[in-house]
Amino acid sequence: MPDIKITPLGAGQDVGRSCILLSMGGKNIMLDCGMHMGYNDERRFPDFSYIVPEGPITSQIDCVIISHFHLDHCGALPYMSEMVGYTGPIYMTHPTKAIAPILLEDMRKVAVERKGESNFFTSQMIKDCIKKVTAVTLHQSVMVDNELEIKAYYAGHVLGAAMFWIRVGSQSVVYTGDYNMTPDRHLGAAWIDKCRPDLLISESTYATTIRDSKRCRERDFLKKVHECVEKGGKVLIPVFALGRAQELCILLETYWERMNLKYPVYFALGLTEKANNYYKMFITWTNQKIRKTFVQRNMFDFKHIKPFDKSYIDNPGAMVVFATPGMLHAGLSLNIFKKWAPYEQNMLIMPGFCVQGTVGHKILNGAKKVEFENRQVVEVKMAVEYMSFSAHADAKGIMQLIQYCEPKNVLLVHGEAQKMEFLKDKIEKEFKISCYMPANGETTVINTPTKIPIDVSLRLLKAEAVRYNAQPPDPKRRRVVHGVLCVKDNRLSLLDLDEICDEIGINRHVIRFTSTVRFDDPGPSVKTAEKLKTLLAEKLQGWSITISDGNISVESVLIKVEGDDDSTKSIYVSWTNQDEDLGSYILGLLQSMVQ
Amino acid sequence: MKLYCLSGDAAKPCFVLSFKELLIMLDCGLSAHSLLSFLPLPPVPSTRLAALPAYSPPHVSDPLLDGELKECCGRVFVDSVPEFCPPLDKVVDFSQLDVILISNYTCMLALPFVTEDTGFKGRVYATEPTLQIGRFYLQELAEWLAPGAGGARAARRWKELLHVLPPPLAHARPRAWRRLFSRAALERSLARVRVVGYDERVDVFGALHATPVSSGYCLGSANWVLRSAHEKVAYVSGSSTLTTHPRPINQAALRGADLLLLCALTQTPAHNPDHMLGDLCVHAGVTLRAGGAVLCPVYPSGVLYDLLECLSAHLEGAGLAHVPLYVLSPAADASLAYSNILAEWVSAGKQARVYLPEEPFPHAALARGGRLRHARALADDALADFRQPCVVFAGHPSLRCGAAVHLLELWGASAAHAVIFTEPDFPHQEALAPFQPLAIKAFHCPIDTSLNFAQAGKLVRELRPRELALPEQYAGARPALAADVPTLLLRRGAARAPAVRRRAARAELCGELAARAAPRELRAGLRAAPLSAALRVRDARLTLEPAAGAGAALHWSALDVPALVAALAREGVGEARVEAGADGCIVHLPRHDTLVHVERHATHVFCEGRADVRQALRRALAACLPHI
Repeated sequence: MPDIKITPLGAGQDVGRSCILLSMGGKNIMLDCGMHMGYNDERRFPDFSYIVPEGPITSQIDCVIISHFHLDHCGALPYMSEMVGYTGPIYMTHPTKAIAPILLEDMRKVAVERKGESNFFTSQMIKDCIKKVTAVTLHQSVMVDNELEIKAYYAGHVLGAAMFWIRVGSQSVVYTGDYNMTPDRHLGAAWIDKCRPDLLISESTYATTIRDSKRCRERDFLKKVHECVEKGGKVLIPVFALGRAQELCILLETYWERMNLKYPVYFALGLTEKANNYYKMFITWTNQKIRKTFVQRNMFDFKHIKPFDKSYIDNPGAMVVFATPGMLHAGLSLNIFKKWAPYEQNMLIMPGFCVQGTVGHKILNGAKKVEFENRQVVEVKMAVEYMSFSAHADAKGIMQLIQYCEPKNVLLVHGEAQKMEFLKDKIEKEFKISCYMPANGETTVINTPTKIPIDVSLRLLKAEAVRYNAQPPDPKRRRVVHGVLCVKDNRLSLLDLDEICDEIGINRHVIRFTSTVRFDDPGPSVKTAEKLKTLLAEKLQGWSITISDGNISVESVLIKVEGDDDSTKSIYVSWTNQDEDLGSYILGLLQSMVQ
Repeated sequence: MKLYCLSGDAAKPCFVLSFKELLIMLDCGLSAHSLLSFLPLPPVPSTRLAALPAYSPPHVSDPLLDGELKECCGRVFVDSVPEFCPPLDKVVDFSQLDVILISNYTCMLALPFVTEDTGFKGRVYATEPTLQIGRFYLQELAEWLAPGAGGARAARRWKELLHVLPPPLAHARPRAWRRLFSRAALERSLARVRVVGYDERVDVFGALHATPVSSGYCLGSANWVLRSAHEKVAYVSGSSTLTTHPRPINQAALRGADLLLLCALTQTPAHNPDHMLGDLCVHAGVTLRAGGAVLCPVYPSGVLYDLLECLSAHLEGAGLAHVPLYVLSPAADASLAYSNILAEWVSAGKQARVYLPEEPFPHAALARGGRLRHARALADDALADFRQPCVVFAGHPSLRCGAAVHLLELWGASAAHAVIFTEPDFPHQEALAPFQPLAIKAFHCPIDTSLNFAQAGKLVRELRPRELALPEQYAGARPALAADVPTLLLRRGAARAPAVRRRAARAELCGELAARAAPRELRAGLRAAPLSAALRVRDARLTLEPAAGAGAALHWSALDVPALVAALAREGVGEARVEAGADGCIVHLPRHDTLVHVERHATHVFCEGRADVRQALRRALAACLPHI
């Protein structure tokens, strides 16, 4: 039995550093190539030496597929292509290709210039890496080579996020990346057709959560922000430059407009305009509503949201600030946090997930004091709110996706072990399919049924169809073809007897048997034939029995009645060698009838 | 396989392919040549047009014809709501169509005629730009010509009197002409379209895959490749090998087809589009410098984008950067905005701009800078500060409806102005005929980027199809399109059968069944085994699964009679008597009441004895004949 092997190098029972090795049909595919935000050492990148301890990596990997631009999915790509030396094909969608280099550059600056790290990739490496990327569009079927085919589906997690269907021969896998099954303010919901893959590799960030309705969460968010600024507090919302930020901006913008609020809202990075430009340019990737109205009003032209300047940190009075990065692990959002954290009237709203090891993660777990590298200790008195706005599918969404695409197996990644365990049980119970959740470095092997392509002769099929259609319709009736399997040049075909004879160049030798039964039945022979037909129809239910000119035929068995009107009839039963079973059965039947 | 041709206009094709019990419509082109027989429909009432003398044929006085025909400078026009020539509806029953595949937006305008009120139940596939830009074209037409749009009446009587009318009306076949559909029908029809991307494999009822591949002609233009396991049909319509704004043509996907259907080649084979674009810039520059205005009758998308890009650059170089460019169309705003979000459909050069991020087309920057203005119509508030000299791009290229009609009436009397024709769909002299006499300078610079005959011939040689199908109009093309490929010529209303023959269907053999078969080598490189399989048909896909039965046993070559007698003796059936017959011999087994007729390719056993004798005979025969 052919099998599919999956080894997570990252994201196995963990969130962050997504990197999954998939091998099937002799092809090795790397799904995502992310970095871990919680680490600053070599654990940050996937362990590429797992693939080949030494020597070139390109020969071991047939292609790399990046699902979306978040750094935990593409952060290690320049490292792999420029420093480890991978030169093979890399695939991602157009928006991902446009936006990923910006985030990579951002991250590189923080790592190198703020933290002073060396042995990190350079700006030029990011550019060179992106040049090697092949951009794909949704639903385009891309042949990586003669056997390996990939196809992207809309995932709705961020702009340009995609799920990938991957096929080698008759085996197929769907890798979801991160996805979202409920449409939000700027993106549509993930969609996939009933492609029935052998394996679905799904993220499971919110494996146990069933989130309350989106509307409630939004109202809650707006209420909290409004209350805080009314009391003169400052609201810090750490976000990543692209993605959730745009959704929250649209949300605040419309609320500010409706309530006619005047408190300043800032978006704290030079990228704002550029980031929003990408959204304008790739508006075909947003949801239906934005796409329909963009000619009249572009949703990404904000009136109330202004760019932020560092000097505003110490400004008095209420304000709302969106600052990057989203997990408070470095950069401006961390700086602002340090300044604002000690005051009670301020508020921190974490709209997304934080990986272990980041400041964001510590605070969300209730830390009241945070210590930094330079021994600086910050007391956290500000209100801390966690609101899950990150666009991942919840348990319901994951189950829905499984229902959509009907996989034969499911494998969970990108989630926490305990939660996965729960979801795994649920999937196995509900869908009666196997579910796996390998840890990093652990290989899962999945067996798939063998399916071999074969060419069936049309003559054979047509003859079968004629027989089948001659009978009353019955969807449960088995349809059977009898032919000769022919193997030539490693290709299979199913031929009928004459075709195989032509193919080999031989003359067929037909063997027939004929027996006679004498039957004392005065009257015209046609009458006798009718009688026999009734008898046969009774005994041979499900067979097609035809009668013409006094000859009865059942498959290739012929029955002929001869004799004068008032004398004994001779019933000839004749059949070919291959219908021996049927022929002898009918003969036996007629003989017993006579006696 | 059968191919029906429903359109008489090779540039606005409509074919139906019947294959594997499916009816597939390829394109749905609306021929608009008929428009030229009608008087223009001005957006504001025109006294000149109203004052044209009525025409009545000599020696005929028909009160019903009163006022239906008007004469202008010796030519006769129909004074009525203009009509179009949709695909033939009598050849194929539209309710039986399974799918419609659209190649580009210029070839889909008859869609509502096919899908609405015909009982059509199938699916329509087109790329996203095709759907959106096709929508602009249709909405524009509907705004001007949909029932209730204009005040003009619908003339009918003249169609009965064709034989007494002067040419070219006398040669028209207006009975098949139809007025434009209603806006509601248009929206319903477009709502049926399913959007596909390049290289997306569309499964057509399990029987075959249809894939749109880039054709390089305009935004979202596609050639369609239809594939089943063994057959491949390539439909090439409106393709271009020139470098313009859309994605370049994908030739590799079209290679080695069993049938190549080629249509919508250039309509102006004598004109090189690059030279024409240069001429246009020069003419426009000269006219503007002399203080004249320039009118370009165009469609709301397509070459318009290239014109804006080239002309604005040329004018800037010529020191005419202050000259405003106007685009007048009900779809102008949407068309200009839309073109800039179709990053995935443009050429690599334009795509690279999106990564910066900048708009792929410069017209967004022109519009921001105020040089390019757009409006729904001339009366629009956006044109409050309309000033001359200027360049106006306005529809319709036939000059029978839209803002262009009014502008030509306005500027026609002055030799300082110029009208420049770029769209190849209409002969410009005929388009101008109802406006004569004119003093305005008229230039003909048709820009048709579709393949010309030499390029098409080269393409055919490279693609190496087994068979070629062409509209009959291309039969006399020079240079010839296909010298060495068998060619089918398609005439409007006719059906032809290509030579493609199906022999086998693809199925999936399940592993268990495959493991059971033990093929024997019958010839070097060929192994065979009898196989009986349960055939499962689901969504038109075949699967072979294990079933009872041994498969078809096969015996071959001639029977060696002495060997048979020996084998029978071994089985305990002795006393065989052999008699020579006419064409073979008879083996007589008197003790068992059995006769065996042996011929060269057949053996017939007349067995009146017990069943075990028959079994013995079968074993003996099997021992004497090679078999599987």
